[in-house]
Amino acid sequence: MGIKSFCLKKSLWVFHFAGASCNNCDIEILDVLTPRYDVERFGIQLIGSPRHADVLLVSGSINQRDKPRLLEVYNQASKPVFVVAFGACGCTGGIFAEGNTFAGPLDQIVPVDAYIPGCPPKPEAILAGITKLVKTI
Amino acid sequence: MANRKIIPVGPYHPLQEEPELFKLYCEGETVKDIKWETGYNHRGIEKLSESKTFEQVFFLVERICGICSTSHPFAYANCMEEIADVEIPDRAKYIRSIIGELERLHSHYLWVGLAGHFLGYNTVFMWAWKYREPILDMFEIISGNRNSYAMFKIGGVRRDVNQNQIDQLRKVMNQIKKKNDLLTGAVMDDPVIHARTKGVGVLTKQDVMDYAAVGPTARASGWKIDIRHDDPYAAYDMVDWNVITAQEGDVFAKAKVRLLENYESIKIIEQCLDKLEQEPEGNTEVKVKEIPEGIGTGHAEAPRGEVFHFVKTDGSNSPVRHKIRAPSYVNIATFKKSCVGQTISDATISLAAVDPCYCCTERMAFAYDHDTGKKIYDGNELVQLSQKKTEEIRKTYKI
Repeated sequence: MGIKSFCLKKSLWVFHFAGASCNNCDIEILDVLTPRYDVERFGIQLIGSPRHADVLLVSGSINQRDKPRLLEVYNQASKPVFVVAFGACGCTGGIFAEGNTFAGPLDQIVPVDAYIPGCPPKPEAILAGITKLVKTI
Repeated sequence: MANRKIIPVGPYHPLQEEPELFKLYCEGETVKDIKWETGYNHRGIEKLSESKTFEQVFFLVERICGICSTSHPFAYANCMEEIADVEIPDRAKYIRSIIGELERLHSHYLWVGLAGHFLGYNTVFMWAWKYREPILDMFEIISGNRNSYAMFKIGGVRRDVNQNQIDQLRKVMNQIKKKNDLLTGAVMDDPVIHARTKGVGVLTKQDVMDYAAVGPTARASGWKIDIRHDDPYAAYDMVDWNVITAQEGDVFAKAKVRLLENYESIKIIEQCLDKLEQEPEGNTEVKVKEIPEGIGTGHAEAPRGEVFHFVKTDGSNSPVRHKIRAPSYVNIATFKKSCVGQTISDATISLAAVDPCYCCTERMAFAYDHDTGKKIYDGNELVQLSQKKTEEIRKTYKI
């Protein structure tokens, strides 16, 4: 294991991209940062800029207006960046996949490294997903 | 005009329910004008609704907003029951009200926490989110999911609340009451919070009437508007509670209204639990065989204000037209009054005070100098600016 991946394992910085989501996933992401689940003890932190991010967490379905902006954010992120599809909408489009503004599931727009399904995923599922992602590093 | 600068807030910015773009036009430190763009979160829900059956629409409208995931089904159920002309059993009414008020509690806690974060009080953020957890646990016990409860159906509710769950709810309500005292005290007695929020983002009663604001935003400016009171639905006319209003219209008044509303919610839930015990168990729905042709309207009071649904049916099994109006949509327009004339560091909390369902703490706002194109502030610096101001006030109060 190189020093780079060793450090990465201990401090995953997450940029959260909320697509056309319903907020459920977004509040559950915040929830795992607060005292009961507290993922900050594993070095995981939400940050404000995609340029500093190790993980791009995408929640919500992607509509036509979001798509170019998602690509821009993905291109801005320093590589390697892990893309995590969060929630049913992030994974497949969910209930909104039949909508007239839907611009294709996330994995057809950017390469996805991990999927966390659920509507919304429970905090325990989020922790399990993160653990699996860390193990692949 | 020469020094006018634009600060774009968004589109992927945590302050708003939906990804939206706000442009603050600033001269020096003062916000002179504000404009906004929407459409980043458009999912075509009204159109999707026409392709679903009446029962499936519940699961769709629940996912309009994850925080108001009872209010939309509530309004839609009221609307469909008006078309079908059914009266639901009392037990179902009480269960509906309990779920609605639990949602208001968790939503207001969420707001208090995030407002604390923007003012530089991260302790309040952590506390409020910690005390919110028992409410989410109760949702999980009753409905099986922490958010998006799927409790509603045309003619009643999907699941009953049994005696065991009633006892657990009582216990949680007793806990929450103490925590609410603590949080209310933390906000009401702190001189720094007073200094940061009093006289900031003021909306007069005339302003909220002009912009047709709803919910706590309007009530904090002295306009007594609450659908639960004005046009009672479910069990709200069978229990005793008060509409909370304040007169000042600033950020502090909005916080006060929300914190005091928590007590009213607890009061409503406890009365509903008492009455629920007297009702026969299992009597939670009336069977609705078919929906006739017609039009119906339904509204419900979400934590942020009035949710309005309109449905037109033609006798088939899906809506012909479904119109939805959510509270944040009208409340956002009041930014034009509340933010203009403020400093940039106060704009953050003024935007947040309306509670436009904001849900995350990271932000992607950048300020560029109009002439040179040089970056002035990014999102974190904006929050730091706001937190720094609190620090300075703290020093003057010697705390």
